[in-house]
This record gives sequence, structure tokens and C-alpha cells, in this order.
Amino acid sequence: MKVKGKIIKYGDNVNTDEIIPATYLVSTDPEELGKHCMEGIDKDFLQKVKQAPIIVAGKNFGCGSSREHAPVALKGAGVKCIIASSFARIFFRNAINIGLPIVESEDCVRECEEGDILEIDTKKGEIDNISKGKSFSIIPYPDFLQELIEKGGVGSWFVKQEK
Amino acid sequence: MTISQKIIAVHSGKEEVKPGEFVLAKVDLAFANDITAPLAIEKFKKWGCRKVFDKDKIVLIPDHFTPNRDIKAAQQCALMRKFSKEYGIKNYFEVGRVGIEHIFLPENGFILPGDLVIGADSHTCTAGALGAFACGVGSTDLAAVMATGKIWLKVPASMKFVYRGKLPAWTTAKDIILYTIGDIGVDGASYMSMEFTGPVISELSISSRLTICNMAVEAGAKNGIIVPDKTTEKYLRERTDKPYNLYQSDLDADYIDIKEYQVEKIQPQVALPPLPSKTIPVSQIDDVKIDQVVIGSCTNGHLEDLRLAASLLKGKKVHPEVRVIVIPATPEIYLQALKEGIIEVFIKAGAVVGPSTCGPCLGGHMGVLAEGEKAIATTNRNFTGRMGHPKSEVYLANPAVAAASAIKGRIAHPEEVV
Repeated sequence: MKVKGKIIKYGDNVNTDEIIPATYLVSTDPEELGKHCMEGIDKDFLQKVKQAPIIVAGKNFGCGSSREHAPVALKGAGVKCIIASSFARIFFRNAINIGLPIVESEDCVRECEEGDILEIDTKKGEIDNISKGKSFSIIPYPDFLQELIEKGGVGSWFVKQEK
Repeated sequence: MTISQKIIAVHSGKEEVKPGEFVLAKVDLAFANDITAPLAIEKFKKWGCRKVFDKDKIVLIPDHFTPNRDIKAAQQCALMRKFSKEYGIKNYFEVGRVGIEHIFLPENGFILPGDLVIGADSHTCTAGALGAFACGVGSTDLAAVMATGKIWLKVPASMKFVYRGKLPAWTTAKDIILYTIGDIGVDGASYMSMEFTGPVISELSISSRLTICNMAVEAGAKNGIIVPDKTTEKYLRERTDKPYNLYQSDLDADYIDIKEYQVEKIQPQVALPPLPSKTIPVSQIDDVKIDQVVIGSCTNGHLEDLRLAASLLKGKKVHPEVRVIVIPATPEIYLQALKEGIIEVFIKAGAVVGPSTCGPCLGGHMGVLAEGEKAIATTNRNFTGRMGHPKSEVYLANPAVAAASAIKGRIAHPEEVV
């Protein structure tokens, strides 16, 4: 799968309390959750994400709670892909499970600036920083993850395997 | 193999597993709360699942926004209640008979050594204190477990933490884990198993061990675990007659790292906002005036925590500009605290004692902070906006430091009030 767009950049340890404060966890609706996404650390996020649907962040993105509402809120707000130096493990599973593509690349994170245009190809295993004319290789998703994300999450895929 | 790896191997029908290997493991207990269960139930229904894998092995616990904070929270609990009835899940616990999941479950004999436990809550790692492999997941994973009784796992590498020496006065299990997270960082054990061991751990009560394992996730760990011993077995005898399996790590087990600590060096700690790893000894903190104190949560809502806080507050008054909220983690703890006169100590000091709930820990209800306010809490997270307004701040500490701060109106060492 390919994702192309401008990026918004954040630092290390962006946590689930910042991504979606717990007080809003009385909904499971992506759009409703999306309205409050990142409001704790960036009040302009919802405006920015319209033009820049790719988040680039430092290490340990998504640390904290197990709330799946975090990737759901990001997806609901319009985020198309997250690139980080590393991800917290529960967030990683949750994002993949709901079909939000996320990839790790320390080099890419280090060498890009807010506003750069990136193209991520999860099948080929490559990130192109179009603004800077640089490429970074990433570990390609295996076929089953590729399929799972394209279908929008683990649901139909998992149940099919079990039947 | 380490104890964590052995439990995973047994549950995936293998003689041996290696770190990094993917396995499909059988789950002994799956649970969710009023935040994570609704999303899991939604998925479960969407997939067209007709029954749960085992109605006795699923526990649904409304503890986060209960007693129902508002209409939306009430709807979430109503959904859990309906789902439990529809699928014959008898282990749904109602307000008044329910406590904070990570303390309620072991207290009621749901957690057994050697079990593989999956919970839709990051602090599921708490249960490792009884020698179970317990790991937090999100709602979709939990839905798949409810449907199939299985979960795919990547076998974690293990990190060993050895504690030796004599604990200084006022240093508790909370300080041990805060100090450790301060040492290795909030991603210092990412994806790994944290195994806590050594003579200091052997001497700790089960409550204290639960406190330590509770915060393994704050270092990014997949699970925290303590090899079960006589203390574990004594605790279990009072709570269950079910059989269980005792595992221990092999003497030649591989650890990615071994950290050794002399606990004499560990003073009571405070984690400064906004990360649990920003720890300093309380004696080195500047003058931090506080607005609120929270004593409770899945980390420190145990009876021994309340006893410790009460020992400092007895016969004293809470600072006039401070609000103190005490939350016994379960009805059993609440009742025992009542019998021991601890609840009276808190009320006479000017604290409020709330029902067993997660309450303000995650900014849900019962003590949310306003803009610019500061709290010291015995909870586990101090991220930006955790307890309320994005411009409020949370400092993490043990119950004695919290109680001393309540009296002084600023973050204080327990020695200042005795």
C-alpha cells in the first residue's frame, strides 16, 4: 500500500493520554474520537492534519494505555500513516489491527522536517522524502499484514482464518 | 528459558520457544473494562461471532467511569451488562461488588501462577506478581481472544532486575519501581519481559509485588513477572482452591540484560511531570505547592497503602488549600480499612474517601484537575493532561509521600510530619 502526503512532526513519547484524553473514551466512533485527537499537545492538530495527513514522531510513539481509541482517533481525524523511530507495543498491535499503517524508521525521522512531502510504500519497503530527494528503506509488511491493512483491519481476516 | 518463556511455550504446545518467535497461545483468562469492552463487543458482533470461547474464562469489570459518570458512561456499562447476559458470562461484576480490575482479580482468585492472562488494559501486567504471564492488549485483540481463546504473541526476550540490601525507612515497592523506570527509561524494556527478583522481592508482600509489576508497562514492557514462592502460595490458599502450575526461570536462562540494585540507595522517589521516568529523590525536590492528593489506583490502592498513609495522617489535618481523595481499590479493602479505623482517620483529617474506581487517575471523574493545578498521586502515569486539563500536572509518589504532602500542602518527605 502507498501513502503520500505532507507531514506533521512531533517528539518522543507521544502517549495515549495526549492522543485521546481518557475523558472522551465514552465513544467508539472514529469521527467523534477524531474531534479530540491530540488536543492535549497540539490544539491546531485538526487543522494541520487536513493538509498534512502523515505523522512523523520520535521514539516510543503511543506509549501508555491500551486504549484502541488512540489509533481509532488518529484514523478518524484523517491520519493516513505514522512514521516513528519506535512504537510502544500495544499501540503497534492496535494500529495494525484497525488498519492504520505505521512504520519504523529512525533515519527518516531524523532527516525530515515538518511540511516535507513523503511517499511510503509498505509493500516495497521504502519511504521517499520527495521534498528532500532522499529514500529510506523500511522492513516491508509481509503479505498477510498488507492484506489485513488494505481490508481495514484484523476482523474479517482473523475470523476467516479461524473458520 | 525464563519463567515468561516457559509459560508461553506450555500454552502454545511447544517444548521450547525462543525470543522473537511467533506463537499462537491458549488463553486462561481474558478480561476487559468499561472503556475497552464496548469496542471489543462491537468487533465481536461485527464479525458475526455466535459464542465466546469459554464463558467462565472471561471477566468484565466496570471500574473506569463507574459509578456511572454520565449518560455515555452508563451506556457503555449497559452494553457490557447486556453482552454478559446474552453470552452467559457470569463474571460481570456490578458496582458495589466490583473493584479496580488489577487488584480485584487476584484478590478474588482469578489469577493463578502459570496462567496466561490477556487483558484489554495496559496494566494487565500487574498479575505477573503471582507468577502468571499477563499482558495488556487492545480491544480488537481482546475480541479475537473472546471468540477463539487464543492470541498470537511474539515471544519476548527477558530482562532481569535483582534487588539486594535493606530498604530505607519510607522506601516502598512504589519507590523500587519508580527508581527502576527512572534508571532504564519509559522505553527501557520495550517489548520485553521484566523479571523482578532478589532477596528484597522475596520479602515483599503480594500487594507490594503487584505494585511493582503494575508499572512494568511504564518501561514499555510486555509483562512484569515474579517467580512464585511461599508468600504467593499462602496468598492463594486464602483465595482459591483451583490447581495451578509453579514455574521458575532456568539457572542458565538467557537474559538480554541483568540490572542489580542495592536498595539502600533508593530514597522515596517522586516522578516529575510529564513522564514516569523523570524520577528524583523526594528530598531533592524544590518547593512544589500542590492542590490535590490522590491515594489509590491499581498501583497503590491496597490495604497496606492505606495503612501507611493513615499512619501519617492520624490525628493530623490536611492542609487547608489541599483536596485529598482516598480510593480503596476494592470493597474488601474498603471494608477492612473501615474495621481498622483507617477510613475514620482519613475523614477526620479532612480527606474524602471514594468508592472503588479508577476515578481521577486517568482524568475520568471524581477529582479531575483544573488548568494550572498540581497533584501528587500514588497512581502510575503523569503524562500531559492525564488527570484533567492539559495544563495541569501530576507528580507520582508512594502513599507516605502523598500523605506527608497532604499535610504540608507541598511535596514533602514523610520525615517532615512524624
